[in-house]
Amino acid sequence: MHKEFMMGNEAIAMGAVAAGVNLVAGYPGTPSTEVLETVAKYNDGSIYVEWSVNEKAAMEVAAGAAYSGARTLVTMKQVGLNVASDPLMSLEYVGVKGGMVILVADDPGPISSQTEQDTRTFAMYSKVPCFDPSSAQEAYEMMIEAYEYSEKYNTPVFFRPTTRVCHAYASVEVKDENEFYTNRPEGFVKDSSRWVIFPKLSNRNHALIEKRNRELSDVFSDYARNAFLKGNTRKGIAANGISFAHAMETIKGSEEQPNILKVATPFPFPEKLAVEFLKANNEVLCIEELDPVIERELTYICGKYHLDTKIRGKLTDDVALSGENSRDDVTRYISSFMGWETGSTEADTTVPELPVRPPVLCAGCPHRASFYAVKQAMKGRETIFAGDIGCYTLGNAMPLDMVDTCLCMGAGVNIAQGVGRIKPDTKCFSFVGDSTFFASAITGAVNAVYNQSETTIVILDNSTTAMTGHQPHPGTGRTMMGEINAKIDIEAVLRGVGVEVVERIDPLRLDEAVKKVKETADKPGVKAIIFESPCAMLFKPERPMCVGDNCIDCRKCIKEIGCPGLIIRDNKVVVDDSLCNGCGLCSQICPVGAIKASEGK
Amino acid sequence: MSTNIVLCGVGGQGTVLASKLVAAAAMNKGFEVKSAETIGMAQKGGSVMSHLRIGEDALTPMIGTGEADLIIGFEPSETVRMLPFLKKGGAIITSDRAVMPVTAALKGSSYKGSDMTDYLKSLKDIGKLVIVDTETAVREVGSSKAMNMILLGAASRAGLLGDITHEDIIEAMKRKVKPQFVEMNIRALEFVRL
Repeated sequence: MHKEFMMGNEAIAMGAVAAGVNLVAGYPGTPSTEVLETVAKYNDGSIYVEWSVNEKAAMEVAAGAAYSGARTLVTMKQVGLNVASDPLMSLEYVGVKGGMVILVADDPGPISSQTEQDTRTFAMYSKVPCFDPSSAQEAYEMMIEAYEYSEKYNTPVFFRPTTRVCHAYASVEVKDENEFYTNRPEGFVKDSSRWVIFPKLSNRNHALIEKRNRELSDVFSDYARNAFLKGNTRKGIAANGISFAHAMETIKGSEEQPNILKVATPFPFPEKLAVEFLKANNEVLCIEELDPVIERELTYICGKYHLDTKIRGKLTDDVALSGENSRDDVTRYISSFMGWETGSTEADTTVPELPVRPPVLCAGCPHRASFYAVKQAMKGRETIFAGDIGCYTLGNAMPLDMVDTCLCMGAGVNIAQGVGRIKPDTKCFSFVGDSTFFASAITGAVNAVYNQSETTIVILDNSTTAMTGHQPHPGTGRTMMGEINAKIDIEAVLRGVGVEVVERIDPLRLDEAVKKVKETADKPGVKAIIFESPCAMLFKPERPMCVGDNCIDCRKCIKEIGCPGLIIRDNKVVVDDSLCNGCGLCSQICPVGAIKASEGK
Repeated sequence: MSTNIVLCGVGGQGTVLASKLVAAAAMNKGFEVKSAETIGMAQKGGSVMSHLRIGEDALTPMIGTGEADLIIGFEPSETVRMLPFLKKGGAIITSDRAVMPVTAALKGSSYKGSDMTDYLKSLKDIGKLVIVDTETAVREVGSSKAMNMILLGAASRAGLLGDITHEDIIEAMKRKVKPQFVEMNIRALEFVRL
């Protein structure tokens, strides 16, 4: 064993490696992305690692490998689980042979997600056992244990950290390479009574799964990561994950110690341990994020065992119903529950007004140019601009204001069709990134062609998956095993499904782009525009722009495109050299030609 | 007792690297380290922060209100934003260079970095306040990416990193950066003379 400073996600990945994982598949999504990347970085070639086209594909690839006796890991963020839920729900009935861990990172807040859904609830629904780590160290060790449980009970298991566990760093004690487990899969063994799902199998296995989960509830009551830490009062705190860590920090050193129930397996719930804990308390406060999973379980157990312990938490409005639990939140909840005094803090009224900093498209981002070209081309027309998931969701910000809707991965293409069905004279556009196109917008394109929609599908092709940190995808040809294959051509895909009008446009040549957008959008039927320009983070900046003396201070550049590289200093528009990458969009907007590329750098 | 440090700034300024360097220096000395970073959408021009906790008794990576020994601010308004974390008598090292959000430019409501630094100067209960003219510093050091080392060096030279010394930081830096950048980074770490 030795210690390394690592991110929670790295600890999870190295736990899987130490457990002898053979195959890892996933789709990028904050806060889960670094798990797969860490395995790929560490990989000596003995582990098969892929970014799949989406989470459903990842789940199915991993299932096939797990059928074959391989230890597998699937990685995604919580909303990705919705995409993968179809194979997952059935997979639980079929089961696995090799250990299969489904890593789903939840995002309380949410900090970078659409929803505050809780994978613990999904675990209950899908009947899949769930592990919930509270620190990077625990995540590392628990990952190894998760594989053992998965294999022993022939079931996939969830591993569900939250953002603050995923993105926390800690000095983690990890195994040396010679201590790693080696798993040698025997390969797929044909047995249609086991691997082919039919009503008869589902009926038989359903009952077996329910019984197994009851058994697991007992087993988990003795699992050391679920813990009943005895205090010196009749008050208890039940918590999980980062909320548990915060709670321990809050009660550290205090004379009055509440009893603590740490829940590391929210499903199946460690019922026997919980009964013991509940009997030691008159009152219990549940501190958890997202759904009141622990709170509901404890309330249910109190009823089942006729215990008169009072359960408090989200359902009694003692804990906030949404958002993440900060250190201060947890301290406030516990202090109020325990009747502890808290030092009053008076707000300083002399604090100067602070700027708000909403996230924005980077300086030089080609999406800004693409949005602006469409906006100019459609001036004065009745339009709908359906957005999608990726950096380009930020096209909603002023002054672009080019995202009217955003729902989930790939939805925009279909949303635009729906809007058009109700008001046919609306010019319907959808904007989708290249990675998202492959992940889940192709079906939308097929739907549009099949049902003869009047719509323009705009693909913002920046040759990468930018928002999550530049992962490759089918359009780049690069894989996580380091191979370079033929790129899958977006235009060929669109033409292949019957889109007859496909225009490739360079968004940074503004006048030409505006003209082509107008022409394309006015053609009948399904049209596609592919704006091709690489992500500004992917290449070395050209010479930055600079504002010349002939600037008339009309500020049109700032008002029209809102690039962070254009700032006002001493009441004048100037270019921030440290941000500008010389894309030149602003120079094409300036009415007097005052913005030019600077001389050398 | 743990040493608690908040590093803050605007996405892309290099707070994460600075935080990792202090952590590496602490690990080399055998200390337990925990930290937390902002990753994801907020990185794109939003406010970002790193919490860094050094010592056995830190049970969670996050710092609570009034617990930070030191704030290292890469942008003056972000430093002010993080003030609630600072404990009484805590120290502040901050850049004076304002980074304007797009919203400020749009509304024509740009603020001055000096409004922020003047406010910091007016505060009582601050153990030490170091305001660094990072624009000049970066120019003299010769790299626009050196701000994190300049600020970190100011903190370590002032002895504000608990048990982590200035030499520890230099050692850790040498191990982290490519050889051709070592000399420039030493210049940056040594820049602020207190």
